[in-house]
Amino acid sequence: MSDWIEVGTIEDIPVLGARVVETAKGNIGVFRTVDDEIFALRDECPHQKGPLSQGIVHGKRVTCPLHNWNIELDGGAVVAPDEGCTASYPVKIEGSKIFLSLVANG
Amino acid sequence: MKEKLVLIGNGMAGMRAIEELLDIAPEMYDITVFGAEPYGNYNRILLSPVLAGEKTIDEIMLNDEQWYADNGIVLHKGKKVSTIDRRNHKVVAEDGTTEEYDRLLLATGSNPFIIPVPGHDLPGVISFRDIYDVDAMLESSKKHKHAVVIGGGLLGLEAANGLMLQGMHVTVVHLVDTLMERQMDAVSGGMLKKSLEERGLNFLMGASTEAIIGEDRVKGVRFKDGLEIAADLVVMAVGIRPNMELAESVGLHCERGVVVNDTMQTYDPKIYAIGECVQHRGETYGLVAPLFEQAKVCANHLAKMGIARYEGSVTSTKLKVTGIDLFSAGDFIGDDTTEEIVMQDAGRGIYKKIVLKDNKIQGAVMYGDTVDGAWYFQLMRDGTDTSDFRTALMLGQAHLGDSGHGGNTAAANMSDDMEVCGCNGVCKGDIVKAITAKGLFTLDDVRSHTKASNSCGSCTGLVEQILASTLGGDYSAAPHSKPLCKCTDHSHDEVRQAIKERHLVSIRGVMDAMQWKSIDGCASCRPALNYYVIATWPAEAKDDPQSRFINERAHANIQKDGTYSVVPRMWGGLTTPKELRAIADVVDKFDVPEMKVTGGQRIDLFGIKKEDLPAVWADLNAAGMVSGHAYGKSLRTVKTCVGKTWCRFGTQDSTSVGVELERLSWGSWMPHKFKMAVSGCPRNCAEATIKDYGVVCVDSGYELHVGGNGGITVRVTDLLCKVETEEEVYEYSKAFMQLYREEAHYLERTAPWIERVGLSHIKQYVEEDADNRTALAARFDESQKYAQVDPWAERVSEGVAEHEFTSLKKIG
Ligand code: SRM
Ligand SMILES: Cc1cc2nc3c(=O)[nH]c(=O)nc-3n(C[C@H](O)[C@H](O)[C@H](O)COP(=O)(O)OP(=O)(O)OC[C@H]3O[C@@H](n4cnc5c(N)ncnc54)[C@H](O)[C@@H]3O)c2cc1C
Ligand code: SF4
Ligand code: FES
Repeated sequence: MSDWIEVGTIEDIPVLGARVVETAKGNIGVFRTVDDEIFALRDECPHQKGPLSQGIVHGKRVTCPLHNWNIELDGGAVVAPDEGCTASYPVKIEGSKIFLSLVANG
Repeated sequence: MKEKLVLIGNGMAGMRAIEELLDIAPEMYDITVFGAEPYGNYNRILLSPVLAGEKTIDEIMLNDEQWYADNGIVLHKGKKVSTIDRRNHKVVAEDGTTEEYDRLLLATGSNPFIIPVPGHDLPGVISFRDIYDVDAMLESSKKHKHAVVIGGGLLGLEAANGLMLQGMHVTVVHLVDTLMERQMDAVSGGMLKKSLEERGLNFLMGASTEAIIGEDRVKGVRFKDGLEIAADLVVMAVGIRPNMELAESVGLHCERGVVVNDTMQTYDPKIYAIGECVQHRGETYGLVAPLFEQAKVCANHLAKMGIARYEGSVTSTKLKVTGIDLFSAGDFIGDDTTEEIVMQDAGRGIYKKIVLKDNKIQGAVMYGDTVDGAWYFQLMRDGTDTSDFRTALMLGQAHLGDSGHGGNTAAANMSDDMEVCGCNGVCKGDIVKAITAKGLFTLDDVRSHTKASNSCGSCTGLVEQILASTLGGDYSAAPHSKPLCKCTDHSHDEVRQAIKERHLVSIRGVMDAMQWKSIDGCASCRPALNYYVIATWPAEAKDDPQSRFINERAHANIQKDGTYSVVPRMWGGLTTPKELRAIADVVDKFDVPEMKVTGGQRIDLFGIKKEDLPAVWADLNAAGMVSGHAYGKSLRTVKTCVGKTWCRFGTQDSTSVGVELERLSWGSWMPHKFKMAVSGCPRNCAEATIKDYGVVCVDSGYELHVGGNGGITVRVTDLLCKVETEEEVYEYSKAFMQLYREEAHYLERTAPWIERVGLSHIKQYVEEDADNRTALAARFDESQKYAQVDPWAERVSEGVAEHEFTSLKKIG
C-alpha cells in the first residue's frame, strides 16, 4: 500500500555517502554502500538526535557524527553495546532511479 | 560439511579463543566443548571477591549454558576427557562420551600444588582454584573458627582476606620473610604486611610446614621448629603446576607445560594449546592477560587467516583486596647493571621504586599510590628511553597536568558514587558493575559499554586502575602488536611503512595490500588511511571525502543541533575593519544567532545551516578571507602577541613572524590539530609554551619550543633549540611539522608523540642534522603545493562537492 516517491538516482549519492530527503515530518537520510545498496533512515540518531546522514558509512552501517554510535543501515538498529533504533523506510530501485516510501518499516 | 573443532577445558583461555573465533569466522566449525567442572564458563579471577562476599557466583558467569545453546555449541559439562586418540582424531571422556575432531584445542589450565606433607589429604585441607573450593571455604567459615592459609602470595592473601571477611580468625604462613616476594620487594612487602595486620590478619613468616595434624579432620599445623597452631581449615596456596597430564599421556611433547610454537600449535599440527597449561618460548603464564593474547592468536589460526603470532608477554600484578593499592611489573629488584629511583613517604604510606637500565624501565613496584602504574608499564613495554623526562618520572604522569581527575585519585579508595568520567557522567560503581556483570576485560570493552574515558580520555588512567583493581592485573595488549583498529592486525607504524615502501596511494590499495578484514574499513581506520596516503604521496593520492569526519568534509564544525559553525582565518590574530565589516554583514544577512571570540584569536559564527555555508563563504571570500580550518586535523591558529611594534618589552616582531608562520603552514593536513604561537618576549603573552610549536622571542634571537598542549593534559613544551634569524624559525618549523606529519600516528598530537619517541629523536632530525632539516622542509613545501587551496573558494566558485550542501529532494 505504500506510495513510492521518486527521489533521485543512485549516482546522486556518493559511494559510501548519504543525501537528505526533506519531508514535512522531518529529514530522511538516504545512504549508498560500497556495492550500491541504498537504505533510508530517519535522519536522527537514537542517542541525541545527531544527523546520521552526516556520518561515515562503512559496510552496512553508519557512524553518527556526534558521539560515534554505530547504526545498522538495514533496519536502523543501534549496534551493541549501545541500544536503540531509528526508523527505517522502504526503498525500491528501478534502473538507477531510487523510490522511497514514507511509511516507515515496522 | 563443516569441520569439527573440539575444546578440552571450559575455562578462561579456551572459551576466550572460542569467542574470538566466533567473532571472525562464525560459520567455520561445529564446536564441541568438554569441561570437567559442572558449569558454563566463569570468571575465575573473581572467585576472590566471591569469597570476600563482594560478589555472587551468578555475577561472575561469563558464558552461561544458554550462551552455548544460542551459539550452537555442544557443551559436555562435568565431563573430564580421559584420552585422545590422535590417530583417529577422537577424544574420549571418563564417562565414555566420544567426539571426533578436525582440530583440537587444549586449554586444561593448571592444578594447585599441594605440599606432600603428612596429613595433606585430611578433610578440611583445600586449595583455592574453583567454585568447588570457594563453596567449601564458605561452608567451613560458617562452622569453624580457625583458618590457616599456607602461602603468602597473591592467591593466599586473597583467600586469607576473604576468609577473614567471612568472620574467621586467619593466620597466613609464609616460607620467606617477604609477602608476595615475586611481586614485592622487602619494603613494599613490609608495608603490605603492616596494613593487612591492621585489618586483622595474622602472619607467621619464615615458617616451614612439617605436617598437618588431625585424625578425621584437620586440627592444626606443625612447623619444622616444633611450633603447632590450631586450624579447622587449611588452605594451600603455594603455587600452581600446568595441567599437562592428558597431553603427556597421549605423547604430546611437554616440558614444564605443553610446548607450543608462536602460532599456539603443539607438536601435533592438528592440536593447539593455550592458557596456563602451555609452555611458550620457555615461559609459562599464570595471569589472564597473556592467555587472552594467546587466545586471539590461536583463533586467528583456527580461522585459517594464518597471520598472527604470539611472541610472549610482559605482565603486571595487582592484589584484589579492596582498599589496598599495590602494583608491580617486570624486574623491580635489579642488579649491578641497573639503577633505581626510590620514593618513600612513610607518613602517607606511599612507596615507589623504578628500576632503570640504560634509562629504560625494567620494572616498577609501588605501594599506596599506584596511579602511574599503567604509565610505567606502558613505558616499560614500549622500551621508551626516559632520559628526556627522567626527573619527572617519580612525580608521575598526572603531575604533567591532566584536567579532570586525570588519575589524581587512588581508585581503590574511591566510593562507588564518585564520578570518574566527567564527559559522560560515569561513576566508579557503574564501571565496576559493568566489568563484573558483562564480563569485560579490556579498556576498550569498558569504553564501549560504559562510555567512561570514551570522549576526551583524561580519565583513562583512572579507568585502567579500576579495571586492574577489579580484575587484578593489567589487561592492555602488548603495544608492539596493537592494531590500528578492529579491521586489521597491523599497527599504525606497519601501515605507514607499507604505504611508503609499497607505494600505496589509495585507501583501497592499502586495504587490499594489507588484507583488511572488513570490506571498506570503519570510521576509525578510513580517516587514518586517508591522511596517511595523502601525507605520504601528496602529488599522487586523491583525497577521499567519504573517509573524512563530517567537519572536514563540510569544512565547518558540526554542532549539537546539526547546524554548523564557521571560523574564517585571521592571520596571526590580526584583523582589519574590512574583515570585521564583512563578518558583521554575514551575521546580519544570514541571521547568525551567535558570534564569539575564540580561544585562538579569531571569530566564530555559530548556528549556520548547512545549505547556507557556500553563500556565507562566498561573502567572506569576497572580503579576502579563507577557511580557518577550525574543524580540521590540520594547522589551526598561530597566536601572537603585539611584540616589538608596540609593546615596551617586545624584543622582536612577534606579530609578523606569526603571520608568516601561518601563511607558510595553512592548509596542511596533520595527524591531529596543530597550533602555534609567537610571543615577543619571555613574558610569553601568546602562551607559546603550551603550543605544538611555540616561538619565544628574546633579544638575541628566537627560542623554539615544541610538543606543548593546553587541552586535556596540559604539557609544557620542550626547548628544541635557539636560533638567530627569522628564516631559521621558518625552516625549523617546516622540518618539525614534516617530521610530525611523517611519523606520528593519526590522532596523536605532538605532545604524546614526543613522549613516545623522545625529544632526542626530534633534535637529531630537526636540529643536529642540517641536511635532514633541509630535506624535511623541502618535503613540507612540496606537500603544501597541493594543500594550500582554500576549500571554501573551491566550493563557492568551482562547484566542488555541491551535493554536500543541497538536499536530494524536498517532499511536501
Ligand atoms: C571555538 C573554540 C572554543 C572557543 O569558543 O574559544 C573551540 C571549540 C572546540 N574545540 Fe577546542 N576550541 C577552541 C580552542 C581551543 C584551545 C585554545 C587554543 O587553541 O589556544 C584548546 C587548548 C589548546 C590545545 O589544543 O592544546 C582547545 C582544546 C580542545 C581539545 C583538546 C585537545 C587536546 O589535545 O587535548 C579538543 C578535543 C579534541 O581535539 O579531540 C577540542 C575540541 C573542540 C571542538 C572541536 C569540539 C568538537 O569536537 O566539536 C569545539 C568545536 C566548536 C566549534 O564548533 O567551533 N578543543 N581548544 C576555540 C577555537 C579556536 C580557534 O579559533 O580555532
Ligand atoms: C582465586 C584466583 C584468583 C585469580 N586472580 C587473578 C587475577 O587477579 N588476575 C589474573 O590475571 N589472573 C588471576 N587468576 C589466574 C587466572 O584465573 C588463570 O590464569 C586463568 O583462569 C587460566 O585460564 P585457563 O583457561 O588456562 O585455565 P582455567 O581457567 O583453569 O580453565 C581450565 C579448565 O579446564 C578444565 N579441565 C582440565 N582438564 C580437563 C579435562 N581433561 N577435561 C575437561 N576439562 C578439563 C578445568 O576443570 C578448568 O575448568 C586467579 C586464579 C584464581 C584461582
Ligand atoms: S568548546 Fe571545547 S571546552 Fe567548550 S564544551 Fe566544546 S569541547 Fe568542551
Ligand atoms: S547523537 Fe548520535 S551518537 Fe550521540
